Amino acid sequence: MSTEVESGDGVHPGKPVIVDRYTVAARINHWITAVSLVLLALSGLALFTPALYFLTGLFGGGPTTRMIHPWIGVVLFLSFMGLFIRFFRLNLWERTDNVWMSRLRDVLAGDEEKLPEVGKYNAGQKMVFWSMSLLILVLITSGVVIWDQYFSNYFTIEQKRIAVLVHSITAIVAICVWIVHVYAAIWVRGTISAMTRGRVTGGWAWRHHRKWLRDLVTTKH
Amino acid sequence: MFTPVPNPTTNPGPAKFGEQDLIRRSASTVTPPAKRQTEVAKLIDVSKCIGCKACQVACLEWNNLTEEVGINVGVYDNPHDLTPNTWTLMRYTEYENAETGNLEWLIRKDGCMHCEDPGCLKACPAPGAIVQYSNGIVDFVHDKCIGCGYCVKGCPFNIPRISKVDAKAYKCTLCVDRVAVGQGPACQKACPTQAIVFGTKDEMKQWADHRIKDLKSRGFKNAGLYDPPGVKGTHVMYVLQHNDKPQIYAGLPNNPSISPVVELWKGATKYAGLTAIGAFAAIGFLHHLLTGANRVSAEDEKNAERLTEGRS
Ligand code: HEM
Ligand code: SF4
Repeated sequence: MSTEVESGDGVHPGKPVIVDRYTVAARINHWITAVSLVLLALSGLALFTPALYFLTGLFGGGPTTRMIHPWIGVVLFLSFMGLFIRFFRLNLWERTDNVWMSRLRDVLAGDEEKLPEVGKYNAGQKMVFWSMSLLILVLITSGVVIWDQYFSNYFTIEQKRIAVLVHSITAIVAICVWIVHVYAAIWVRGTISAMTRGRVTGGWAWRHHRKWLRDLVTTKH
Repeated sequence: MFTPVPNPTTNPGPAKFGEQDLIRRSASTVTPPAKRQTEVAKLIDVSKCIGCKACQVACLEWNNLTEEVGINVGVYDNPHDLTPNTWTLMRYTEYENAETGNLEWLIRKDGCMHCEDPGCLKACPAPGAIVQYSNGIVDFVHDKCIGCGYCVKGCPFNIPRISKVDAKAYKCTLCVDRVAVGQGPACQKACPTQAIVFGTKDEMKQWADHRIKDLKSRGFKNAGLYDPPGVKGTHVMYVLQHNDKPQIYAGLPNNPSISPVVELWKGATKYAGLTAIGAFAAIGFLHHLLTGANRVSAEDEKNAERLTEGRS
């Protein structure tokens, strides 16, 4: 039977109970992804609209922004592949996820008692995971087509026009998904420590990911 | 015969136009000057061109450019395409006219058309890297260019080229530096047959009319002026023997305009995109304001302790 537990997860009884959620390696992987995504959004938006062109200052001017953005994209892609391999199993869609999605009203109101018990990831987190996977794939593909410094001879102008349109729309969607992701982490208090120290409290796990906590308690002891 | 413009004085004088005459500036808004300068134009009469490439040489000379020695593949086009150093290129087409049975050698001088509605400028993300003067000249400002290649995607004529050396975009300037001091472009100056003439746009249209009448009288019934309305006209125009088929002149676009994909990218996408980002941020903010933080309660911690009790 598949369990909701990943290899680095663990539980330490006490007051409060402490639950290990992410290993050091997973956290470093996540931080590299996070930093590169933010840098990509900033450098990309600088070229997206004149109102934000001043952001090129963060990267040492217009030409360096243009030059460095695709390279950060490569870092993001490789780093996200690492996250994908780590996380995809527990992000597979399950029937209870549909129930969770159909009760978004309760989710948004914070009434989690009315929802089915959640494993390591809830349906919202899974949606973020899968949409980011798809968006990053589209971004690197369209990004390479418009990476004129190295690939200008491989694509026609018409292909590049379409690619730049696709790239900018996809980037906007990715930024919106990122806003949802970060907002959720802030709104649900106690989440950020999963990313900083790799640990959350037992109460947090009980409240938001009860099935995961139950599986942890039964499998790890 | 078009009377050659007398050589203007070479005594130093103030530039005839400058920053204050910009009607467009990439990624910026400009207050257009109260009075627009007389629009200038270069007229290229394909029917008079003998393909000597004097204009191509003059362009390299005046702009201090050097082209690499290329490879002869059995065509006259040399180099084979526009490059960051070759801002104007003679393109040779052997055209068999089915109606007359004649073989016609069509020689078109390719280069920037100095569009009234320039796609390059529309696409450019760097403030001030592409400018348009009120006399119609579209110029690239290399200090501000970031080398992204967006102008290449914006241009309906496939003109700008990005240098592999300094990663800046290059194209014909319409000899903006010469025109500013009352001279004609270098290519025009060098043309031995006056196939290239330069003056105000109105003068050039009049001259073109006269040439078209002449061509029609010689049996070229579709002779006409190429001044495409899709880009609101250009400041480099052609007299074509077969104006009904511009594409036979080495792929001169039939009815060029800024690609709808570019319009969508630079238009609706920008507004919708920024609105979406703003809306998502605002919804998050409001949600937090209305529902407050989702906090773990003491009860939750108790439940976790109960669940793990006696299991260590
Ligand atoms: C994954 C690999 C990526 C690659 C290879 C890539 C490549 C590129 C390239 C080549 C450009 C044109 C400007 C330049 O040459 O720097 C560009 C523009 C842009 N990129 Fe990326 N990028 C990637 C990921 C991203 C991500 C993750 C985001 C946002 C979250 C993003 C947002 C943007 C934006 C907003 C633009 C400007 C588009 C416009 O001007 O309309 N990119 N990208
Ligand atoms: S021909 Fe191309 S490069 Fe020249 S002004 Fe028009 S859009 Fe710009």
